[in-house]
Amino acid sequence: MTGILLAATGLTRRYPQPRPGPLARRPVRTVLDDVDLTVSAGDRVGVVGASGAGKSTLLRLLLAVEAPDAGELRFRGRPVHPGPAGRLRWFRRQVQYVPQDPYGSLSPRLTVADIIREPLTCLAVPGDHDSRVDEVLTAVRLDTALRTRRPGELSGGQRQRVAIARALAPAPAVLVADEPVSALDPPVRVAVLDLLRDLSTATGAALVLVAHDLPAVRRACARAMVLHDGRVAEAGGVRQIFDEPRTAATRALLAAVPRLPVAAAR
Amino acid sequence: MLTISHLQVRFGRHTAVDDVSLGVGPAEAVGLIGASGSGKTMTSLAVLGLLPSGARTGGTVTVDGRPVLGAAAPAPSRLWGRRLALVGQDALAALNPLVTVGRQVAIPLRRHLGLTRRPLAAAVTEILDRVGLPAETRRAYPAQLSGGQRQRVAIAMATAGRPALLIADEPTSALDPTTQAGILTLLGRLPEHGTSLLLISHDIAVVSQICHRLVVLHQGRTVEQGRTAEVLSAPAHPHTAELVAAARAMSLEAVA
Repeated sequence: MTGILLAATGLTRRYPQPRPGPLARRPVRTVLDDVDLTVSAGDRVGVVGASGAGKSTLLRLLLAVEAPDAGELRFRGRPVHPGPAGRLRWFRRQVQYVPQDPYGSLSPRLTVADIIREPLTCLAVPGDHDSRVDEVLTAVRLDTALRTRRPGELSGGQRQRVAIARALAPAPAVLVADEPVSALDPPVRVAVLDLLRDLSTATGAALVLVAHDLPAVRRACARAMVLHDGRVAEAGGVRQIFDEPRTAATRALLAAVPRLPVAAAR
Repeated sequence: MLTISHLQVRFGRHTAVDDVSLGVGPAEAVGLIGASGSGKTMTSLAVLGLLPSGARTGGTVTVDGRPVLGAAAPAPSRLWGRRLALVGQDALAALNPLVTVGRQVAIPLRRHLGLTRRPLAAAVTEILDRVGLPAETRRAYPAQLSGGQRQRVAIAMATAGRPALLIADEPTSALDPTTQAGILTLLGRLPEHGTSLLLISHDIAVVSQICHRLVVLHQGRTVEQGRTAEVLSAPAHPHTAELVAAARAMSLEAVA
């Protein structure tokens, strides 16, 4: 299935701020302002920006956890509105989420197999759930013998692979990952980013990677969008954005990336 | 300044630190690098006298030639502030949420430098300025500050007594890259002001921004140490080579 999967147009989100005084009007802050994003099959898009740029808000809107104040979200042309879980089941099967913290996001009491089976049960995905667990464990390059383990027995990198396997289980068309490697050691970071990129290529699932880590986006994505103060500062191919940044926001993000002092001696 | 020789930390049959030796000289910034579970944090806790009960230790740790590990060690409170100080990952946990920044920063200034009244107020302003915070910050409570500002307050408090050595354990891993760069710059200036730095991180790219020397831990052992540029350009141990390769893979130049 090719063509446009997720289409967000004019997404805007405002949050009320605390009242400065008892009789004052409640000020409103626009956290996301008229943001468009289109994700097609096989797309790998990075969303980058400093803290407070609107990355997490955009993510919540893309996952239909929260409704925009203006603009709309469509999946394969069908409008998506946040609502009761039952009404969103079709959407959740197609768009899955990989969270940031592999320590907090896995229930410590469940086995790996239970964790991966959960979305299959909740979303009433047809098919043999047990063999699907083995399939996705193999896809994320984990030994299927780990299926009886609990998260406490796994390393950070293994846990994040389990979280990715859980997201892959319903065979979604889009994976949305929120800073999936920032909690991991650098060698493990590279491996998990390569895994996400390869999974996207192998399964055709699109990847939306939200990160403040530009090298991560450069490694895993083909396109990127830079958010600044809730607006799109620039968008385009990763090479163009990182090699020829056109805005001050992008240049500031690039300047903050640690550089190895002897990189020139390569 | 700080000398760790053949440090060992064990919990029952589990060995957290197996054989760690390293030194930090005056006005020097040393980076301690290793993956999760390599023994970085246990090494720093051994230096600070903060190991959990039940830990059995071997080897020696000296600060200014005086042992700080084992039976002969002085009470940790006699070392902290003037000799040693710690900045951790989570600045919010290091600050009292109910006390304004100004009053919190004043505590170590009063205790270690004996300042009171006007000189104390002036010192608070000066130290906030030194860590890059405006004077108004003194009236704020920790919850009203950003993560980077809180970490600056924690650094101000840790360095208020002008300690000879600051141990910074993953001080930037909870911060975004822009804020991280600012905090690293701040920490990197400490050696010029007489405070040596032991910077602990799992990210060799972060540490090599400001450290003169690198020490690499792997499975509780020091496997390599040397000048930053040398370790990066010619890593001797396979584990160091792996860390450097990962850092290169994740640097912007390398992918080009």
